[in-house]
Amino acid sequence: MDKLLKLLGANSDFTTAEIAAMLGEPEDYIKAQIKEYENKGVIKGYQAVVDWEKVEQSYVEALIELKVTPKKETGFDEMAEMCMAFDEVKSVYLMAGAYDFSLIVRGETMQDIAMFVAKKLSTIDGVISTATHFIMRCYKDRGLNLASPQHKEDGRLLVL
Amino acid sequence: MIDYSKFLNDKIQYIKPSGIRKFFDIANEMEDVISLSIGEPDFQTPWHIRDEGIDSLKKGKTWYSPNRGFSDLLKEICNYYKRRFNITYDYKTQTLVTVGGSEGIDLAFRSIIQQGDEVIIPQPSFVCYEPLTVMAGGTPVIINTKNEDNFRLKADDLRAAITDKTKLLVLPFPNNPTGAIMEKHDLEEIAKVIIENDLMVLSDEIYSELTYGNRRPVSIASIDGMYERTIVINGFSKSYAMTGWRLGYVLGPEQIIAQMTKLHQYGIMSAPTTAQYAAIEALRNGDNDVTHMRDEYDMRRRLVVDGFNSMGLSCFEPLGAFYVFPCIKSTGLSSEEFCTRLIMDKHVAVVPGNAFGESGEGFVRVSYSYSIAHLKTALKRIKEFLAELEQNS
Repeated sequence: MDKLLKLLGANSDFTTAEIAAMLGEPEDYIKAQIKEYENKGVIKGYQAVVDWEKVEQSYVEALIELKVTPKKETGFDEMAEMCMAFDEVKSVYLMAGAYDFSLIVRGETMQDIAMFVAKKLSTIDGVISTATHFIMRCYKDRGLNLASPQHKEDGRLLVL
Repeated sequence: MIDYSKFLNDKIQYIKPSGIRKFFDIANEMEDVISLSIGEPDFQTPWHIRDEGIDSLKKGKTWYSPNRGFSDLLKEICNYYKRRFNITYDYKTQTLVTVGGSEGIDLAFRSIIQQGDEVIIPQPSFVCYEPLTVMAGGTPVIINTKNEDNFRLKADDLRAAITDKTKLLVLPFPNNPTGAIMEKHDLEEIAKVIIENDLMVLSDEIYSELTYGNRRPVSIASIDGMYERTIVINGFSKSYAMTGWRLGYVLGPEQIIAQMTKLHQYGIMSAPTTAQYAAIEALRNGDNDVTHMRDEYDMRRRLVVDGFNSMGLSCFEPLGAFYVFPCIKSTGLSSEEFCTRLIMDKHVAVVPGNAFGESGEGFVRVSYSYSIAHLKTALKRIKEFLAELEQNS
């Protein structure tokens, strides 16, 4: 895998000078590479991984399984786009297995999500059924541990 | 009052305690210290390796292992040396599992050295070779490697250090504390001198997997005529982040391993059983972990070298281990003064280079076995420290 993408994929909080030093490339080259990845749509964006439990009182996420009938011309893509259009929907995955789509949906209360599923999702033409699983706690997100204290003490001793 | 000095061995009283410790003691009493002084991986042992250790405990495998180590482990060690270095060892006769690499070093010295034998030790290097040579009755002969040679051992310097009492050369590469490596052509030059003078080599390869810049690590045992003259020391501590498991190994000529095995048998019995089960898993399924950790260290290495060079402390590019060894002579301070003031003023702990031999004076050892965020904070503080030094002078 491209080392630059691997580095940014794990942590994008570096200056281009730092990235250049770490990868042993000139800074201009790194800047140009990043620009190119952005233009080509390889890099889609940069986001902080936020532990929302720490900041928001009223906040609920649910994982929703969706069974659908694929459309004749566009297959699953059109169904996916209809789901993606809602701001409440954070992620959309097409699945192999017992159901077709897996959605991460976010709202302020459980009631919000219940209403969203009942009124918006399940009424989309082609949706056969839904199953809603409320997320109780996020322990790990995008490779980061959200559950244990951030600054773990360094358990190493200087022995010699 | 009993005068214990009359009971104690003269040699042990002559040995100085390790100089690295002093700074650790200062750092320990301070809050908010950013340490760059630790010489072990910051990674935890990969989970699948830990899991095998745990599994062996669950199954109640808590007895001694055979003196030499479990045969499955011995076989895997030999497979590994074949696969990584293209050297063939017989697992039954040429391999011994030890309690860390350091036990192997001690066993080798005590099996080979007699009173008055000279052992050539390049410095700066890890602190154990000199005292262990002395305890084995040998006389350490120090070669000072130089910054302008990128701290590699030069054949001419080796030739100049040899006398008719010389028996053994210690080859500590990739090197702690300098991060220097020896490439194949360097080793070929050394090999010529060793063969000409009929000597043995103790090759401490504990950091061999941490060799950077797409270079494959090379063992001197793979150079023509050196297989029969080399005792290889290696282990699991650095490459698999397994320091606390205390597991190393020795590879070498059958006749020497047999003698070392006797010492090991009487002094140690056998290496830790749980660690051996974990190590089998490490060698069978751990190659990707090693690559992952090496890539990670490599990025930090470049960041730190770049950091020191850009703040005006010249730093040759270390190609191995996880240390950089910047020159601090431009500050006008001695290594100890530099480290003391840095820890007092900025609460950053690094180790004075002279803790690894006199030739380390004028340098400091900086470990980059820390997270990138940690390294960035430390570099920032060192930069401030240098700016303040400049202002005050």
